[in-house]
Amino acid sequence: MRHVISVLIENEAGALSRVSGLFSARGYNIESLTVAPTEDGSLSRMTIISTGSDDIIEQITKQLNKLIEVVKVVDLSEAAHIERELMLIKVRATGKDREELKRVADIFRGRIIDVTDSTYVIELTGNTAKIESFVGAIDSSLILETVRTGVAGIGRGDRILRL
Amino acid sequence: MLLTGAEIVVRCLAEEKVEYVFGYPGGAVLYLYDELFKQDKVRHVLVRHEQAALHAADAYSRSTERVGVALVTSGPGVTNAVTGIATAYMDSIPMVIITGQVPTAAIGQDAFQECDTVGITRPCVKHNFLVKDVKDIAPTIKKAFFIAKTGRPGPVLVDIPKDITMAKAEFDYPKSVTMRSYNPITKGHQGQIKKAVQLLLEAKRPMIYAGGGVVLSDASDKLAKLVRTLGAPCTNTLMGLGAYPATDKQFVGMLGMHGNYEANMAMQYCDVLIAVGARFDDRVIGNPADFARVARKIIHIDIDPSSISKRVKVDVPIVGNLPDVLDDILRLLEASGDRPDKESLAEWWKQIEEWRSRDCLKYKHSDEVIKPQFVVEKLWEITKGDAFVTSDVGQHQMWAAQYYKFDKPRRWLNSGGLGTMGVGIPYGIGVQLAHPGSPVAVITGEGSVQMNIQELSTCKQYRIPLKICSLNNRYLGMVRQWQEFIHGNRYSESYMDSLPDFAKLAEAYGHVGLRVEKPGDVEGALREAFKRKNDLVFIDFQVDPTENVYPMVMGGKGLTDMILSAEDL
Repeated sequence: MRHVISVLIENEAGALSRVSGLFSARGYNIESLTVAPTEDGSLSRMTIISTGSDDIIEQITKQLNKLIEVVKVVDLSEAAHIERELMLIKVRATGKDREELKRVADIFRGRIIDVTDSTYVIELTGNTAKIESFVGAIDSSLILETVRTGVAGIGRGDRILRL
Repeated sequence: MLLTGAEIVVRCLAEEKVEYVFGYPGGAVLYLYDELFKQDKVRHVLVRHEQAALHAADAYSRSTERVGVALVTSGPGVTNAVTGIATAYMDSIPMVIITGQVPTAAIGQDAFQECDTVGITRPCVKHNFLVKDVKDIAPTIKKAFFIAKTGRPGPVLVDIPKDITMAKAEFDYPKSVTMRSYNPITKGHQGQIKKAVQLLLEAKRPMIYAGGGVVLSDASDKLAKLVRTLGAPCTNTLMGLGAYPATDKQFVGMLGMHGNYEANMAMQYCDVLIAVGARFDDRVIGNPADFARVARKIIHIDIDPSSISKRVKVDVPIVGNLPDVLDDILRLLEASGDRPDKESLAEWWKQIEEWRSRDCLKYKHSDEVIKPQFVVEKLWEITKGDAFVTSDVGQHQMWAAQYYKFDKPRRWLNSGGLGTMGVGIPYGIGVQLAHPGSPVAVITGEGSVQMNIQELSTCKQYRIPLKICSLNNRYLGMVRQWQEFIHGNRYSESYMDSLPDFAKLAEAYGHVGLRVEKPGDVEGALREAFKRKNDLVFIDFQVDPTENVYPMVMGGKGLTDMILSAEDL
């Protein structure tokens, strides 16, 4: 099962390596991991996408909580939540492809944020499925490079993760 | 008044009432050693290899309820210490390790004796710090001691660059620590505790399984009270030996891979199992699927939530500090006045006695060759079961655990988790300094003892009168045993050739060395050794090279699938 784990952690040097080291040492999966400071600069927030049986996910949350610098851990996928990631994709845009790429980008509510006479850079946000279907919707021979931020997640409604 | 970073470190240690620092000097810690030289509150013990400093500090901690402290230099000082740190980490031993680091400006420059200490030690410490400002030294050391000894204990490392030990700051040792990210639980969940008591009272075949957590949290008295109140059998893990008195009739011996028949059988066939400060590890319950084959209710008390339901699913998890939780359970039992059903209990004990009558620790005596088990039995007799005993790792460790009946906690020191050969003598150093005047025996083998033999020199310097009993079988015995059982007697690299004359070696270090070859001389040699109160005596017992440790559960097998003797092979 795929899980979205949110972690509030002290914003200190080495905190990220404690988390990534934990995953590699114990053989847990990381599909993606994003981290950045929160509105309170002394705290960072991570979103970790991991897969595993319920037992493994339970161990992951317990082991994360055991790290001295971890303040809070929540499995967002236990309840209603929102996931978003950002992709920047550079495509070859020449001839009739220019129009087609623009149209597909519009359908996915992507924005073209860089234009040359032969390329576009398209910015697209959404959940992982949307990003992947966009990539599937365009001719793969046109893709020059892609970069994705990985998933950031937040609970819906009154579910709040803070101190 | 402004103090240097080095002065601050030493003052912090004095504030923590640190009696001994075990260490080894070097370039990055010169200022620290200079400050140690100038004062007399904190005493330094100079080992001969950094690994031994860590083991000695670890043993100091294991045999007391205090935090052991080690001090090593940067680079190789740290890498040599890693085995000692990992050993303590695996057994949850509270320690503070101060390490020197190259000056701040040189970090990352591949400087002389530089290594990424925080990175290298991260997976084997409870936490570690790199101090980058002299003002942070005191609060960091305060935190280090706090983290080391609270919650599930463990080693905490503080890495201090050389320039920080020279910089100056006001010294103000914090009175207390608060950390928003670290608040260990103490009290157990009252609802779960009630459920546990209910289960225990309804049990027809209750079993108590106690581990190192009982020793670490000084909960032995409360455990004993629980065992007696319930009238249930009790087993201890390798790490828990002494948590419940081994000579008591309710004790069914150690359990696990080399556990007693009756202990393993009772673990498997009880109907309610209460695990107290133990973690169902692979050497204890064998194959978890086989263990789960028999239905039983499991109550698990542990301070570390991640130990619960890690290898075995439990019915009633209780996260909390053992003494607090045991107090709550005992209070509820007292208040209710109920006890488990007497008839069922009598039936259960009948079964256990039947298992016990297999006498799984019996071995064939010999008048010709010394049996290693016999040496440990004699040691127990001669020390009246009241010595501190350290061991190394291997067959001798198991024989020590099986045949020395520990009645008190913190008397038995061994590397249970990491299984580190070479801990025996340095453990002896730490214990003896913590308990001057008490008899300290090191049960070792000719393989393990050579992994830190240089510490005989430290023993000489600090007049540490260990009684080293080396069960010399000229083999890496445990390796040889596995090779005999599962590798068709191909003794690949397990034969110890070109052994030194250990008695002479001990003498060369300025100690007393004895070599014993006949069973009839064992007792005399041990008596002679313990009579020499102020001397370190190294006894090289030439024991039966083919003796194996029984019972044995082979790796991957179920707990009750035991080989009791050579006839079962």
